[in-house]
Amino acid sequence: MADTVLESKPDVLIDHDRREQGDLCTEEMLINMGPQHPSTHGVLRIVLRTDGEMVLDAVPHIGYLHRCAEKIGESLPPYQFIPYTDRMDYLAGMNNNQAFAIAVERLCGIEVPQRAQAMRVIFAELNRIASHLVALGTYGLDMGAFTPFLYCFREREMLLDLFEAACGARLTYSYLIVGGVHDDLPTGWIERCLEFLDYFEAKITDYNNLLSFNHIFVKRTSRVGVISVDEALAYGLTGPCLRASGLRWDLRKTLPYDGYETYDFEVPIGEPGGSGDIPRGVIVGDCWSRYYVRVLEMTQSMRIVRQALDRLPDGEIVAPKLKNLKLPDDECYVEIENPRGQLGFYIRGDGSAIPARVKARGPSFCNLSITRLICRNLLLADVPAIIGSFDVVMGEVDR
Amino acid sequence: MAPEEICQILKSKFGEAIVAADVGGGHPCAQVASERWLDIALFLREDSRMRFNLLRSITALDLLADEKLACVYDLMRVSTERPTELITETCEFAVRIETDRSAPSIPSVASVWATADWHEREAFDLMGIDFPGHPELRRILCPDDWVGHPLRKDYEFPLEYHGIPATTEFELTNPRH
Repeated sequence: MADTVLESKPDVLIDHDRREQGDLCTEEMLINMGPQHPSTHGVLRIVLRTDGEMVLDAVPHIGYLHRCAEKIGESLPPYQFIPYTDRMDYLAGMNNNQAFAIAVERLCGIEVPQRAQAMRVIFAELNRIASHLVALGTYGLDMGAFTPFLYCFREREMLLDLFEAACGARLTYSYLIVGGVHDDLPTGWIERCLEFLDYFEAKITDYNNLLSFNHIFVKRTSRVGVISVDEALAYGLTGPCLRASGLRWDLRKTLPYDGYETYDFEVPIGEPGGSGDIPRGVIVGDCWSRYYVRVLEMTQSMRIVRQALDRLPDGEIVAPKLKNLKLPDDECYVEIENPRGQLGFYIRGDGSAIPARVKARGPSFCNLSITRLICRNLLLADVPAIIGSFDVVMGEVDR
Repeated sequence: MAPEEICQILKSKFGEAIVAADVGGGHPCAQVASERWLDIALFLREDSRMRFNLLRSITALDLLADEKLACVYDLMRVSTERPTELITETCEFAVRIETDRSAPSIPSVASVWATADWHEREAFDLMGIDFPGHPELRRILCPDDWVGHPLRKDYEFPLEYHGIPATTEFELTNPRH
């Protein structure tokens, strides 16, 4: 029965112009959603112009967490700025460390030892899984499913334990530093990590059964907030948000860093409903696709971690002669694939130890900017579905 | 396509508007004149040899010694012809525009790349560059009533905001950690 209802829906993202079909016209009203709202994933304020239950316009207001990290970057040497990158995207600290470290390495021409590169890949991919677990869990919460959140956080806890064993911190790692990593793996860590991977492999099926293919969840998220590839690129969307629109684009493949070109993995994209195990009714580029690309990416990340653990070379973990590092009078811009998209750092040196300019290009900042375009003429309940599907971290939007 | 080629094409098309080109280093970049920027931006996005459809970042720079401000636009080509096949080729290029520090103004390219909307607002907010042609140029990260532009090198930290005292380390107005 429910399936036939889905089928009979016309092939558009929302049934707009309900008024033409005889819906009552009510007075327009401005509503503040946030800054404190459970589904805004931080302090984000969205001013909604509503007509009854219809949202006519949604204007995001950001900046509540602004700390001007870029100004701080201009007053510290790079190795002291690493801890600040953790605090931008606090769910993917490892990936942020990596982005900034690679930017400084490219600028100064530092070569990272093989072992450090492999360790960086391991931690970047484990952090990607941890970050996607939060995305999955909280997206379930936004849609009214509480249980998957607890399951996701149970597994994430194990990952945080692994991080803690390696570097002592659970969220703000500062573990991947300029030139390599700051500590070697403790004894028995590799076995623990493999144990986790074996355990985690089966859990993804659980998430799919609990949430991904849950009929209510699919109906809440499919056909909502559809973004085309051209729109996504115009607004600078990257990462899972761009791939869900059906473009097989991943910086780990196009511009590999830290030896990603030597790993064998696939790049999942959004697929139309009905193909494979994708539920009928799903459109490429809708909220469900953005959600499911993350689920598929976790499997690929596990593949990469296994390969890296398998051939982890011995040797140095940090490049030599990094004391009193002077930045050359040059500039560079480097992007890496963060769990949320392309995280870029622009660094300009002036011959001293302290950069003249540090600029962070956050993927969440760009992903969020499309909100106004797609949160238009839809139901109020679809707004949390769309915002949640971007998986924004406000710490990095506001920097 | 090599950055030298891109610069050659730009020079033959826009002539004097391409002020300088730095293609040797790790950050290939062409410096262009602010007056022709909108045309150049459209050309960079639309021309079949260019196709820079992703504006990744706009970095505002303060060149205090030269009495100038600058913006660096980092562009990337993302091929969308065969979307479901893995894309392994791309092209990166950057454009740099300098403007006078006393009256900084660069034409807005929000109509060319929609993502420029928020990035230009950020540059306006933190560096105080005007972007004529922007649909809604207002502060984005700082509060609307904030005074000054924090990323300028001569920015003085406020010691008070709406009655909230703000002390900096050692009470300096221009602290350096």
